[in-house]
Amino acid sequence: MKIKQISVFLENRKGRLSEICSMLGAAGVNIRALTIAETETFGVLRMVVDKPAAAMDAFRTHSVTANQTEVVAVEVPDTPGGLAKVLDILTDNDLNVEYMYGFVEKFTENALLVFRFDDPEKAHQTLKANGVNVVGEHDIESL
Amino acid sequence: MDSMFWNRQVETLERTALETLQLERLRLRIANALRTPLYQKRLFRAGITVPEDIRSLEDVRKIPFTVKDDLRQSYPKGLLAVDMKQVVRVHSSSGTTGIPTVIFYTQGDLDRWTELLARGIVASGATAGDVFQNMMSYGLFTGGLGLHYGAERVGLTVIPVGGGNTQRQLQIMKDFQTTSLHITPSYLLHIHGRMAEFGINLSDLSLKRAYMGAEPHSEPTRQKLQELYKMDIFNCYGLSEMNGPGVAFECHCKADPHVWEDAYIVEIVDPATGEPLPDGEIGEAIFTNLIREALPLLRYRTRDLAFIHPEPCACGRTHRRLSRIQGRTDDMLIINGVNVFPSQIEEVLMSIPEVGNNYMIHLTSRNGLDRLTVQVELYQKLFTGDLSQIDTLKGTIKDRLRASITINAHIELHEPGALPVFEGKAKRVVDERERL
Amino acid sequence: MIWNEKFETMPLEELKNLQSERLVSLARYVYDNCPWYKRKFNDVGVGPADIKSIDDIVKLPFTNKLDMRDSYPFGLFSRPRTDLVEIHVSSGTTGNPTLVGYTRDDISLWGEVMARSLCCAGAVPDDTIQIAYGYGLFTGGLGAHYGAMEMGLTIIPTSSGQTKRQLKIMQDFQPRILACTPSYCLYMADDAREIGIDPRTASWKIGVFGAEPWSESMRSEIEQTWDMLATDIYGLSEIIGPGVSQECTYKDGLHLYSDVFYPEIIDPDTGKPVPEGQDGELVITTLTKQGIPLIRYRTRDIVSLTYEPCKCGRTSPRTSKIKGRTDDMIVVRGINVFPSQIEHVLLGIEGTHPHYQLVIDRGAHKLDSVEIMVEVDERIFSDEIKRMHALEQKIKKEIEAVLSIGVTVRLVEPKTIARSEGKAKRVIDKRQL
Repeated sequence: MKIKQISVFLENRKGRLSEICSMLGAAGVNIRALTIAETETFGVLRMVVDKPAAAMDAFRTHSVTANQTEVVAVEVPDTPGGLAKVLDILTDNDLNVEYMYGFVEKFTENALLVFRFDDPEKAHQTLKANGVNVVGEHDIESL
Repeated sequence: MDSMFWNRQVETLERTALETLQLERLRLRIANALRTPLYQKRLFRAGITVPEDIRSLEDVRKIPFTVKDDLRQSYPKGLLAVDMKQVVRVHSSSGTTGIPTVIFYTQGDLDRWTELLARGIVASGATAGDVFQNMMSYGLFTGGLGLHYGAERVGLTVIPVGGGNTQRQLQIMKDFQTTSLHITPSYLLHIHGRMAEFGINLSDLSLKRAYMGAEPHSEPTRQKLQELYKMDIFNCYGLSEMNGPGVAFECHCKADPHVWEDAYIVEIVDPATGEPLPDGEIGEAIFTNLIREALPLLRYRTRDLAFIHPEPCACGRTHRRLSRIQGRTDDMLIINGVNVFPSQIEEVLMSIPEVGNNYMIHLTSRNGLDRLTVQVELYQKLFTGDLSQIDTLKGTIKDRLRASITINAHIELHEPGALPVFEGKAKRVVDERERL
Repeated sequence: MIWNEKFETMPLEELKNLQSERLVSLARYVYDNCPWYKRKFNDVGVGPADIKSIDDIVKLPFTNKLDMRDSYPFGLFSRPRTDLVEIHVSSGTTGNPTLVGYTRDDISLWGEVMARSLCCAGAVPDDTIQIAYGYGLFTGGLGAHYGAMEMGLTIIPTSSGQTKRQLKIMQDFQPRILACTPSYCLYMADDAREIGIDPRTASWKIGVFGAEPWSESMRSEIEQTWDMLATDIYGLSEIIGPGVSQECTYKDGLHLYSDVFYPEIIDPDTGKPVPEGQDGELVITTLTKQGIPLIRYRTRDIVSLTYEPCKCGRTSPRTSKIKGRTDDMIVVRGINVFPSQIEHVLLGIEGTHPHYQLVIDRGAHKLDSVEIMVEVDERIFSDEIKRMHALEQKIKKEIEAVLSIGVTVRLVEPKTIARSEGKAKRVIDKRQL
């Protein structure tokens, strides 16, 4: 199953990231995974949280530009070549990865990675069919 | 004014009378040239101390050649033959490499040059009702202002847009029902590819003709562009040393441009020996400017390779026609010992319908051997996505190139839009060979 | 020297008779040849017969920028399009550009008033002029060119940009006259020092500067930096381009060639004339233009006007430098910019209407910069950087296509742009003009 990722538009200025995190803290939202892609003048913060709806509410209240997109979180064996194996499946099946990043904490023996695909539905089916463990929304909340 | 003739009397002047006129004007220019130290020295050495030492037109061969470097050496005012007060205009070549070259004009020089452009414009069928969008850049470069003066003289409605800003160019073309363009071939190709993006159809436009100049192009390129735009395209040849555009201009027959021989003496010589070649043979074009007093240039080596058509043109003009530029004496590529002109490669590419408008020529070397790579874009409409089609096309290009230049080239096919686009003069040759 | 003694020093009484004569024929001319004006005259119940002297001009309706836009392209023509020998186009407030068309006689008129202007600034026929205004659709370059041709000057048409080449040409050909925007002249000083030229030794002794508003303090900076006389030229493409008025060497107001461009100063709110010497909107009637003559064109420029005789001997009235605008137009590097143009472009992008703000600044290099801040809301936000970049580029390219000047686009967070009473301030002009 696919999970919800929240992306936030950020200007490159001092303290902005901590302001965003404080908003989530005040709303009782926990960040599970995050990454920042930045350019010279702005950045995009992408994250997976335990309570996406509450996070979106907090952002809306504070006039922060944010949106939700579907991503796929997969468990990758924490052994040499573990990631390569997953990526091979993607390549063989012509699945295009827009970007990917890892979870902040480790919850199982395996590493958790977030993938953003052109076509998340197809990616999800393909990975499952190839025996890769895809993490669901409930798993994220209960982590 | 005669339709299709701006100055019928001169344009159809009988050859012997034309040659008498040339001789008369050549002596005037010798008189100007003798006022500059460089020409004084050179002409004296050649035994020419007064204009009358030139007894016949054949005597032009006694005059030593002038080369680009002479202009650079004389910068800024060494070749100026009149008082600076008489000069009303200064133009300059781009001078991207080191010292620029400058050209001076008196009011009379400008008037005489403008007349030549008016002749060309009228010979293409344009009249006072036409809307002329001048897409060459204005300023020191002669391309923009030169045609501007000519079109103004004929009375066209001139829109001096200059180069660049494709969206605006197209908008203006549409809003003002532009009928005539002055443009480089590469920019004309580029614009066609972007019409859809700005929601402009060919049927929104009223284009009838384009004057194409400032960079050499092949006949298939002209044909292709005429086809794409459903308009007539006229070749306009010129160089700033000879005033600018309009040294030679095509008439409605579109069978290569007439050199205005009352204004220029054109010769074709063997680039290696400097010996004259008969009409019909390819060699370096040499020009003597007969109409400019401010800066005389005698037997100027253009480095352009071309030939003169021996037979007269159907239009009735007696001024001989210069072929398209077949290459440059200095852009001739020597690939594994074979002389190749980029124009030959272009000619082959443009004759293959599946090939798009843009191409690049790459030269590299490995183990002392040259390697020619030709990158071409596919023409979207004829591409089916079939892989076998790609292989066939590669083979066709390769075979035809080998037939034309005797070299085995590597062919790379690219998606439309993948290769660099040039809004000004195209730089299609990248030579990365190691120099020995 | 005075280029056209007859008209430029004509006694005021005689000048008034000439203006009256010309206005009477103009009113008849546009009524008979331009359906748009005929309707406009009829709307206010005035006919050519009602115009007997220049004082009757107040009976005629105003023409404004919107009329030009709405009648685009050929609505305001008094002559068939085929009589035009040249067309210039400037960007309008939104949508349609503003068209300027010249008949052969209009081009001669342009050459004449520009020759008067160059002379007024101190040029003499033996001079060499370097024209560094942009050539092309912008009227600055070709306007100066035609005036210099009329005067028989040696013209070096360098057009704008390529500063090092401008400086090299200045050194090699020693032109005494420079025509460009005042900010570009200052900008060139830095480059000059960089390549070892002391600006005070430059050959330029007279500057004909215009196409953007500039102050007395900028004038003294230019004059001190370059050791030259810096004069102000004024014009607008709707009227003819540069050459409507020009300072003489006394630099005490701009001489307006009122034998061909009749000026009025009005209260912009009521349209009524203001007393001589008071500030108001400059309104111009082109008395002799043929292609697109304009009746009482509202320039939206705020100036004052005096008929006091000038020490130079010219009798033409003089305007002050431009003191402001009645609309929100700003001039950047000689290009007129309306915030509404930016709005128009943004509306066309993804159909949204984001908040935006223009920040105009004159940097250390003395060249104006335009930054457009656009607030990113959910409708245009994407988690993919490449899409955000594409958006930024799209906005930049479309705005540049409309304005014909380079801009930078900065995507900012919502509420970054200050709003007063809920309405965002569209322009922040940080330049010290």
